[in-house]
Amino acid sequence: MIIPERILNKASETAGAWRKVRRLASSLSLLLVTTPLLGGCQFAVMDPKGPIGAQEKSIILLSTGLMLIVVVPVIALTLAFAWRYRASNSKATFAPDWSHSNRIEAVVWLVPCLIVAILGSVTWVSSHTLDPYRPIAAAAKPIDVDVVSLDWKWLFIYPDLKIASVNELAFPVGTPVRFRMTSSSVMDAFFIPRLGSQIYTMPGMETKLSLLADNPGTYEGISANYSGDGFSDMKFAARAMSAADFAKWVETVRRSPRELTMAAYRQLAKPSEDVPVGYYGDIASNLYHDVLNKCADGSSCTDDNVRLALAKESFGAVGLCKTSESRILR
Amino acid sequence: MGDMLGKLTLDAVPMHQPIIMGAVAFMILCGLGVAALITHLGFWRTLWSDWITSVDHKKIGIMYIMLAMVMLLRGFSDAIMMRMQQALASTGGPGYLPPEHFDQVFTAHGVIMIFFMAMPFIVGLMNIVMPLQIGARDVAFPYLNNLSFWLTAAGALLVNISLGIGEFAKTGWLAYPPLSEIAYSPGVGVDYYIWALQIAGVGTLLSGVNMITTILKMRAPGMTLMRMPIFSWTALCANMLIVAAFPILTATLAMLSLDRYLGMHFFTNDAGGNPMMYVNLIWAWGHPEVYILILPCFGVFSEVISTFSSKQLFGYTSMVYATVCITVLSFLVWLHHFFTMGTGADVNAFFGITTMIIAIPTGAKIFNWLFTMYRGRVRFTTPVLWTIGFMITFVIGGMTGVLMAVPPADFVLHNSLFLIAHFHNVIIGGVVFGCMAGVNYWFPKAFGFTLDERLGKISFWCWLVGFYLAFMPLYALGLMGMTRRLDHVNNPVWHVYLVVAMVGAVIIMCGIAAQIAQITVSIWNRAALRDLTGDPWNGRTLEWAVASPPPAYNFARTPIVTTRDAYWEMKRRGLAHNPLPAYRPIHMPRNTATGVIVSAFAAALGFGLIWHIWWLSIASFVAAIGIAITHSFNEDRDYYVTPDEIAENEGKYHLASQV
Repeated sequence: MIIPERILNKASETAGAWRKVRRLASSLSLLLVTTPLLGGCQFAVMDPKGPIGAQEKSIILLSTGLMLIVVVPVIALTLAFAWRYRASNSKATFAPDWSHSNRIEAVVWLVPCLIVAILGSVTWVSSHTLDPYRPIAAAAKPIDVDVVSLDWKWLFIYPDLKIASVNELAFPVGTPVRFRMTSSSVMDAFFIPRLGSQIYTMPGMETKLSLLADNPGTYEGISANYSGDGFSDMKFAARAMSAADFAKWVETVRRSPRELTMAAYRQLAKPSEDVPVGYYGDIASNLYHDVLNKCADGSSCTDDNVRLALAKESFGAVGLCKTSESRILR
Repeated sequence: MGDMLGKLTLDAVPMHQPIIMGAVAFMILCGLGVAALITHLGFWRTLWSDWITSVDHKKIGIMYIMLAMVMLLRGFSDAIMMRMQQALASTGGPGYLPPEHFDQVFTAHGVIMIFFMAMPFIVGLMNIVMPLQIGARDVAFPYLNNLSFWLTAAGALLVNISLGIGEFAKTGWLAYPPLSEIAYSPGVGVDYYIWALQIAGVGTLLSGVNMITTILKMRAPGMTLMRMPIFSWTALCANMLIVAAFPILTATLAMLSLDRYLGMHFFTNDAGGNPMMYVNLIWAWGHPEVYILILPCFGVFSEVISTFSSKQLFGYTSMVYATVCITVLSFLVWLHHFFTMGTGADVNAFFGITTMIIAIPTGAKIFNWLFTMYRGRVRFTTPVLWTIGFMITFVIGGMTGVLMAVPPADFVLHNSLFLIAHFHNVIIGGVVFGCMAGVNYWFPKAFGFTLDERLGKISFWCWLVGFYLAFMPLYALGLMGMTRRLDHVNNPVWHVYLVVAMVGAVIIMCGIAAQIAQITVSIWNRAALRDLTGDPWNGRTLEWAVASPPPAYNFARTPIVTTRDAYWEMKRRGLAHNPLPAYRPIHMPRNTATGVIVSAFAAALGFGLIWHIWWLSIASFVAAIGIAITHSFNEDRDYYVTPDEIAENEGKYHLASQV
């Protein structure tokens, strides 16, 4: 029986948790007071370490400020009117049949319209400038990373460097990172809160994202879409480092004797939880392509099937339809 | 024997899980306790003939709300379990719930709160109030109304059976594939989810058709659409949304079932399936769904604020147009639920802007409530407290909602606890507060006595304070990068916020306890709280123009409407409470057991399909259809209320209300 043990553990943990509450009780008031300032280092989204996150932060602040123009008066007026026109206040005007005023109507429709017009413009422009697919303009040459979300860990493939890592993403500071992403089984979402934009990873489909870190540091990366039992531990360290440190890191990974062959990938793809960081010194060259096209298990690839179907349409079915020939076509 | 029971074996009962078995035992004990009480009171016959088989919209409405309240307790138990788990498991420990249990808890919480708490609450309020407000004797299809309720109850039953037999889905409340596909969720959990929603969904859809027909065809003479009370207007719009949106849900879940049962590939990873299409479809239903819930609550607040300010609603016409605007726009925004799916910037921006446009009519509504109080005489009764609490809370929730409608903001807030805080802010602050306002406002109409004000106010303050304590920390946690649905984290700073959130949930629990106490104490003191006038609040609309509780036929004579606030006008002109010299017989529908029997077979059908017990599925399906068809041949389905009986009822009521 696992349960009694579990319960026993719980009892002691509960006590421990409460001790911790007491210890942190003093800092609590401070934290709640600083919440509106949103500056503290705990507020990952409000303390971005790269240009994408920084722009998103300013959009959050701008939008909130615009809306507060309406929200604050509404809250104040609600309380003021309720108090002023309380039934016991016989001094207040009572106009039981007054229920229409064109001037008030005009204001209550036009002010929100105006704010939404401004906010809508911000939305239109920022949706385009911050489109996750849009390359980031920077002096440094971008590096490419192919991301695969697995049950329940992250695989990062560096196609140009021919290395791969699990649950650790390293990249040079000030260099745009171009991600291509897919998933091996279910949906996840790739998200480094301190760097900005998240995006879903989906099996058989590819999404893209560009990020850039201004400051060196290790930032928490998570899956932001629930994907099953091991989801809570599906985290990775996003390490932004100097070019020299990155070169060293690449060397470390290269020296790893492990090779991410197709067989090794199939082993890795099996569900596992709380997986430690792992390095692969070499990779099968078409790994990401095969995961994306669902042929990492040796079956026929989606893109080949599509090409075959198209070919069949153009040239007729003769001789081209055997899937075993598909790889020749590519 | 094994084949007879499909996949069902004794192992399906989670004997080794003390928490689940405890909950099951508690539910069984509660059931037995209620049964014993009914036996003790000799209430079985009345229960069957006056309630279970009733086609009276008021009684059906009361049963809907009772179902909703019971499900609120169940859904809230899930909520507090989650808050406890996250508070306990945020400093590195595993907490007390293993992931496979925690995952079911958050899925069940969402499903129960939306489908079996909020929906029945709203449909129940519409049932009780709307026909009275428009001066009708009942809904258009009384038997269908009973069937709708019991189908909803059958769905709720299946969800609760899953607690003790098998498991519930571990997929989140919208069951996104591929996780919900057979490859990744091979158990019966997703099947429980599918069939509970399908059966309840049929009930909701039928109810929607019923209500629309009632509003469009059965309004009292003179009640043009622009004289209709706002609550009935919002009911009309909400039901239009039901009829337009629920078939999408049905079709989507049907495709998911085809994938799971027959190996098809609508949403699978392979063979051309596309999970994105499911996400797209489910939100094409899901976003209108939140307006189905909130619009009638806007109606409740409109009625409450006008009645208790003793003043006409400010800007009735713009209120109606705002409601219709929201109804139409609610179908044009669904994509904002997945801005992070890699859609292009044009599409994201379009749906972001349509979403924020909804804030315009919603904002206008808020202002109209404000200006209804302006130059009024506001009585701070419990329903008014809920309304003012709503106005303040909802604008905050609205603001965070519009914030997330800006795609780049959503890119960092999506799926985070900020999102969780946002939608609880609008669903608790809007829907739950609205339901509570509605219950406190219309309870005397349904039962003939008012609810205890002191306990009502205690409940309100607990809910309000509890809500802010429970969800403001979640906004902060979202900005700190905490995503939703984590069964454990290790972060001492988050831990503090999570503990505060749990304290908030405990305070909400006190609010719920106060509500239970409020109802119990009020029943106990009903003699002192009795309202014989039928109009305890000095109401304005037609539901207050009849006795409380209203007689089965509602109106002895159909009222003739000449203005908005029809009852107010009748009172002003001295036309209320004038008994007629003579009454004509009233044609009424007879009660029928068909609805509950058909629904029982529907539940059996669902159970059979979940466990692959094919004989049971086929037999139940045939029986349910057969009984429904047989019912259509039943000619003995109506009766006449005699003039003497009406005269006696009305005499008593008018006598009391003139005192």
